[in-house]
Amino acid sequence: MQINDLVNHTGEWFRGKGEHPEIVMSSRIRLARNLALRPFPSRAAKKDLDAILDAVKSAVDQIPYFKDTLFLKINELDNIDKQFLIERHLMSHDHAENPEGRGLIVSPEEILSVMINEEDHLRIQVMQSGLNLDETWKVANMIDDELSKLLDFAYSMQWGYLTACPTNTGTAMRGSVMLHLPALVMTKQINKVLTAVSKLNFAARGFYGEGTQAAGNFYQISNQVSLGHSELDVIQNIKGLIMQIIEQEEQARQALLVQNKLMLEDKIFRSYGLLKNAHVMSSQETIELLSMLRLGIDLKVVPDVDIKALNELLIMIQPAHLQKIEGKKLSAAERDKKRAALIREKLGGS
Amino acid sequence: MRCEKCEKSEATVHLTEILNGNVHEFHLCEDCAKVKSAEVEQNFGLADLLAGLSVQGKPQAPVLLTCKNCGLSYEDFRKTGRLGCNECYQSFKSELSVLLKRIHGSAEHHGKKPIMIHQDPILFSAVIELDKVKDELKEAILKEQFEKAAELRDKIKSLEKGA
Repeated sequence: MQINDLVNHTGEWFRGKGEHPEIVMSSRIRLARNLALRPFPSRAAKKDLDAILDAVKSAVDQIPYFKDTLFLKINELDNIDKQFLIERHLMSHDHAENPEGRGLIVSPEEILSVMINEEDHLRIQVMQSGLNLDETWKVANMIDDELSKLLDFAYSMQWGYLTACPTNTGTAMRGSVMLHLPALVMTKQINKVLTAVSKLNFAARGFYGEGTQAAGNFYQISNQVSLGHSELDVIQNIKGLIMQIIEQEEQARQALLVQNKLMLEDKIFRSYGLLKNAHVMSSQETIELLSMLRLGIDLKVVPDVDIKALNELLIMIQPAHLQKIEGKKLSAAERDKKRAALIREKLGGS
Repeated sequence: MRCEKCEKSEATVHLTEILNGNVHEFHLCEDCAKVKSAEVEQNFGLADLLAGLSVQGKPQAPVLLTCKNCGLSYEDFRKTGRLGCNECYQSFKSELSVLLKRIHGSAEHHGKKPIMIHQDPILFSAVIELDKVKDELKEAILKEQFEKAAELRDKIKSLEKGA
């Protein structure tokens, strides 16, 4: 498997399957692990980082699940490839910025990715589409068990898994769910929801990177606490919270349909029309329009576009994706043109 | 207006940062703003907690601890919010115990454990467990709970043998 095999491939997590795909884009479980007695990456010398990379490589070579996975050394990648992997949610900005001694493992369906030597020695990430935290946890737990038979993880009976940042100590698990909440945004209830989320010790982030404004009405909700509760308890709590948010979003959608049907349909069809016909598209504008179209698909206002195609577009319209598809470096203006062409092609426009 | 960081793209994001009472405005392009807000997000919660720790209660003398394994000083940890190695947890044990409790509301792990714990010759996890039981023993003696103390003493013996 090569990086280029991913370009025209639909990762499992944006296929629009699983429970509540109309509101939930994807579910993710992340586990942080460190090898005992080796300094954490921020204080590790090059030889330590290389030794950790080698230890992880030789462990995964013995685990059947890792057969056919892609094993990348970040310092061997060019900038477009690095950006491409970030855009696909397979690795972080930080990981790309310190490439020396860093590695990445990606499974063929993109369900699993493992960052090696990011903030911790291992960041095991499992992603699936829809609301699917139980299955996602099962996979992550299995991978972690297999790795722990071969690697010596830093662990204490009292504090659990020991991580570089004390905010992760314990289970070292973050469960997160990506939600599309346009109706809560349009009915101006989103801040109320986000305030409640943070009071319950959960965090909310945007889709296109940590700390970004929630472009396209996408919000990622994740747990903050990792000590004092078991993994399954935390997952139950996230699910409970997510189900409530889903219900609120559904109610807001119905309210919009009842009160402002004409205006809502007009907004959706204008978005659809622009997407199918425009010849120059910035990424910001595209994301906002795709968000409206996604709402239109969910409300069955636009019947002829499927959610998978739309999810794919949300990923493919990003700068490095466009350049990978085109096979060369593109300027911002060239990307805007290429982006519009790609959208027209995918949506069967003029 | 140009982005003040990269000085190339148009500044479209205007951030106001209030740090120690000083207000600073940033005018950034989208890309630089992403990087900036990721930094803020990463460091904010923890730096806040660490700062909060020192003003809580009685004024504290600076902690002059250094991890014997990786050489990280506690003061460096306070600046970066990142520990240097798993031994740091042992070196800064009492400070971290307070901090973890403040972050998570608990300092007791209730989740899974590794299928195999390989550390040899010293089981790191057993070392922490041992310290914990020793603390409990002291408390039991203070409270004159001698039956419990006897149990704990036996537990310590068996742990020490195992380690």
